[in-house]
Amino acid sequence: MEAWVDISILGLMALTAIAIVMLRNLLAVVMLSGIYSLLAASIFVVMDAVDVAFTEAAVGAGISTMLFIGTLALTTRIEKKPAHTPVLPLIVVIITGAVLIFGTLDVAVYGDPLAPAMQDVAPYYLENTKKHAGIPNVVTAVLASYRGYDTLGEVVVIFTAGIGVILLLGSWRRGLPKIAPHKDDKA
Amino acid sequence: MGDWEFIVGHYNYWIAIFLAMTGLYIVIARGNLIKKLVGLNVFQSSVFILYISLAKVEGGTAPILARGIDIYSNPLPHVLILTAIVVGVATTALGLALVVRIRGEYGTIEEDDIHSQDESM
Repeated sequence: MEAWVDISILGLMALTAIAIVMLRNLLAVVMLSGIYSLLAASIFVVMDAVDVAFTEAAVGAGISTMLFIGTLALTTRIEKKPAHTPVLPLIVVIITGAVLIFGTLDVAVYGDPLAPAMQDVAPYYLENTKKHAGIPNVVTAVLASYRGYDTLGEVVVIFTAGIGVILLLGSWRRGLPKIAPHKDDKA
Repeated sequence: MGDWEFIVGHYNYWIAIFLAMTGLYIVIARGNLIKKLVGLNVFQSSVFILYISLAKVEGGTAPILARGIDIYSNPLPHVLILTAIVVGVATTALGLALVVRIRGEYGTIEEDDIHSQDESM
């Protein structure tokens, strides 16, 4: 049963991705990418990653979609017809995909409890989190306690990105062209 | 291992690779900068799915300790991907700010038009 849920959600994600490639209306593309993130959040719940699922639903489906819509309002809504033939990109993509699929044949099968990734470090955290951190959620304990400094580094990255956005778009700039919505949607 | 087990055991990886290649195709074949960023996001999410698939344990449950449960999925990929999602949205925001600035300077967000303007300067 669980296998069928898995197969259908991932199938829907593949269809959404194909629709994103095909469509040239950027608002539709952005909406589909929101749906794509929501489907990703659902598949994360199926695969037991609940913390990842609600972060993806809030950040991926929520904030990212809002950022994209804001950018569309300031730029344009229609993508121009591609001028080049897609033959070379298709060849590159197919070869890369084939090599990667060949690589998966050596990876431990989905759900294998004896996979190498499950052996050394993971059981340590599962056994000791209650003793060291005193909370039941292992993901939170690793994120905020065991690897607290890494999370601090993550905050620094977000802060840097925020400064970058302010420097690029801030209203303090003088003598540079003003950024305003353009009216020509028929690009 | 039967055919069905083989397919179910690798299906997640294959779909993740398919999604990654779709994202890569959008990034290299399409000229619109917003579409490129959407492609980048598609690629990114596919990597998340690959990592979370590797963390799943058959018969396991979410890694939140509770009485009477012995099997949990691997929490470490979850932590990694949690960080990656948040950093991903930060880079997307920066990319979109660049797109808005490019639109302000060039009046277009199509890569070909930007190149031809650069060459005619």
